[in-house]
Amino acid sequence: MPFLIRQTLIYAIPLMIVALAGVFAERSGIINLALEGMMIFGAYIGVVCMNVMVSLGWFNAVKASGNMWGMQGYLLLGMAVSAIAGSIFSLLLAFAAINLKADQTIGGTALNMLAPAIVLFLVRITAKQNNLLLSSGDSATWFMIKKSMWGFDKSYKFGFFGETFLNKVYLTTYFCILLFIIMSVILYKTRFGLRLRSCGENPQASASLGINVLRMRYTGVMISGALAGLGGCVFAVTTANCSANGDVAGFGFLALAVMIFGNWKPLPIAGGALLFGLFKCIAASYNTLDINGDGIYALANLGISSHFYRMLPYLITLAVLAFTSKSSRAPKAEGIPYDPGTR
Amino acid sequence: MEKKSLFNIEGFRTVTASLISILIGLLAGIIVIVVVGLSNNSIANSNIWDAVRLVVFGVFNKGRDAATGALQFGFNPSFFGNMLFRAMPLILTGLSVAIAYKTGLFNIGAPGQYLAGITASLFLALSIPTSVIPAWLVWIIAFLGGMLAGALWGCIPGLLKSLLNINEVIACIMTNWLAANLVTWLFDGSNLKNMLEGTKSGYIYKTSTIINDIIIDGVRTISGTNIPEGAEVLATRGGVATSKMGLDRLFTGSQVNAGIIIAILLAVILYIIMEKTTLGYQLKACGSNRHAAKYAGIQEKRNIVLSMALAGAMAGAAGSLYGLSGNTEFFWTTYQSLPAVGFTGIAVALLAVSNPLGVIFSGLFMSLLNINGQQLTNLTAYNEYITDVIIAVIVYLSAFSLIIKMWLSKRKKKRKANPQAPALAVNHGSAKEVKK
Repeated sequence: MPFLIRQTLIYAIPLMIVALAGVFAERSGIINLALEGMMIFGAYIGVVCMNVMVSLGWFNAVKASGNMWGMQGYLLLGMAVSAIAGSIFSLLLAFAAINLKADQTIGGTALNMLAPAIVLFLVRITAKQNNLLLSSGDSATWFMIKKSMWGFDKSYKFGFFGETFLNKVYLTTYFCILLFIIMSVILYKTRFGLRLRSCGENPQASASLGINVLRMRYTGVMISGALAGLGGCVFAVTTANCSANGDVAGFGFLALAVMIFGNWKPLPIAGGALLFGLFKCIAASYNTLDINGDGIYALANLGISSHFYRMLPYLITLAVLAFTSKSSRAPKAEGIPYDPGTR
Repeated sequence: MEKKSLFNIEGFRTVTASLISILIGLLAGIIVIVVVGLSNNSIANSNIWDAVRLVVFGVFNKGRDAATGALQFGFNPSFFGNMLFRAMPLILTGLSVAIAYKTGLFNIGAPGQYLAGITASLFLALSIPTSVIPAWLVWIIAFLGGMLAGALWGCIPGLLKSLLNINEVIACIMTNWLAANLVTWLFDGSNLKNMLEGTKSGYIYKTSTIINDIIIDGVRTISGTNIPEGAEVLATRGGVATSKMGLDRLFTGSQVNAGIIIAILLAVILYIIMEKTTLGYQLKACGSNRHAAKYAGIQEKRNIVLSMALAGAMAGAAGSLYGLSGNTEFFWTTYQSLPAVGFTGIAVALLAVSNPLGVIFSGLFMSLLNINGQQLTNLTAYNEYITDVIIAVIVYLSAFSLIIKMWLSKRKKKRKANPQAPALAVNHGSAKEVKK
């Protein structure tokens, strides 16, 4: 059970953050299909940053000093660099959509193609293979929070909460949950958030009140890029074991689905991400899942093919979408280039 | 009478805009090659120049001269033939995205429809006994079956959108992954895994393989063309591949077959449907202005489903022709990744501005870039992903092709004074002299 919860969170957190990234862009009026591309780019830059830090000897210095908590600082630094990289990458979409009034779905698709192409091109030239790994160790050795870091030795048995939340987790989980809450509060409870949302609903009305719609949309897309890049780095560290191979397993598109599923609101998005993560986790590990700890692998005994479990996340998403799409409330002015002349 | 400038024709401006996008895309790729080459010490300058030439002319290269190591260029029939072979699925997936785009839908579900098509085709081609039904009839059944499977799989996002208002992008992405998993499941339980060749059980048989179901010593098993002694043949299947129609003698050493001709024919048929029939007009009306179309009495829901079905049929045909080629093996455990040709189809359609005839040319162009990229990997220190970068830049630029088109038409307008001005001046009763 603790393993189930831990794995669910590991799948759900990147989905949650990247879906929120989509919300920031779409609520300001720009359709952002390029979440996958921004994640791929952020993941690559994150791994490159880690590699630079390894080559500078910083990681080994922390290991030698014996206190692994210092590594978490470097993890946050890597995530910050990924966020900035994602933000810069998103400027391509912003420029095309806002200044040149281009078709935003095409621009997003173009970025989705550009990111893996550039990443794989550079990875192949620098690493001579299709996968960029850390030059020494992997995310489990450097970033995972283990029992020894809290001061307990290996044979100590945690209780349920300790085992689930304090052992073999990554700081990214808690950092991202906190970031999610902060960004949601910014979007809904501050003046800036209200203005951003109004640009996506009725930009002409916002302009009549003196809000600079173009600047708001740029901000929205750049925040979106930052969060998506951050999500990519989190994916690379937790799911891809600190490697960048130009592919984030379709997480960007799944995050889009979660965003639409959650009706562009933070709380349903979090719920949707957790649901999706739960089913992905079940699909990956149903054979060894011991739900109530009584030693019986209930799901394995049911005899349902593993292929069906892998299809389950997508089927469930479609089923829920079938029921909720009638009341789907997309931002009214999304996808329409801003024209100050219309009403 | 005002001489009609070439720039005033809408079609000319569109083609020019696409050509400009291609040029800028190639330039961007060349700049990346040069920048990466200059900043990386292990890549020699001659290598950079080779790479630049290969990226544009790779399909014409004949390899390195054994003595000097320099690249030689000329007509290379095997590369040209391979270019035609690879263009076949690209043209068809491009058509798939193009039809949907004309109706106002974004068909990102082409990979799933492609998988549906190739699965149905392989099942039909490799299971129907050719001893009962002649091979050419099995081929036709398999091809049409593939198109039908693609059409049905394409209907799913169409129905979800028209009946339940689910965003078609999400529905398509979900159906893509559902298709990938379903295909793996279906093949896992089938007898089409390649058991005849040693280590190839991860692949399905090539459709040119002849499989004999035999009974030997009371046990049912299969064999290739060498039937063991004392075995009784129950049925023969397989050996159903697209005929080459002499193209392999024109382009020796390549994999080309008649599929490219079928692809071009389908493109022409689709062009006729979209431009010359009522159905095509209705589909385009739905794409231009949904509400006006509804006001005119065009059934929106039926058209959405029909458009996605047509799009799915095209993508299914792509998979079908690829699988029936006779020299391609399908890797059946495909649940972890989607066929890239489905997504490149989007680039093909966007570059061709969703015009079915234009899709033929942009499909050939993407295939050309593909071959060029391969040459880069084989002959230089670079790799084939630079062509993906070029394609991505071209798609990015086609997003604002409207701006390029407007810029093109403005250039001509600035140089001519408006010949309507004198007439207007007279009409408004103005006595002002107007410069001609």
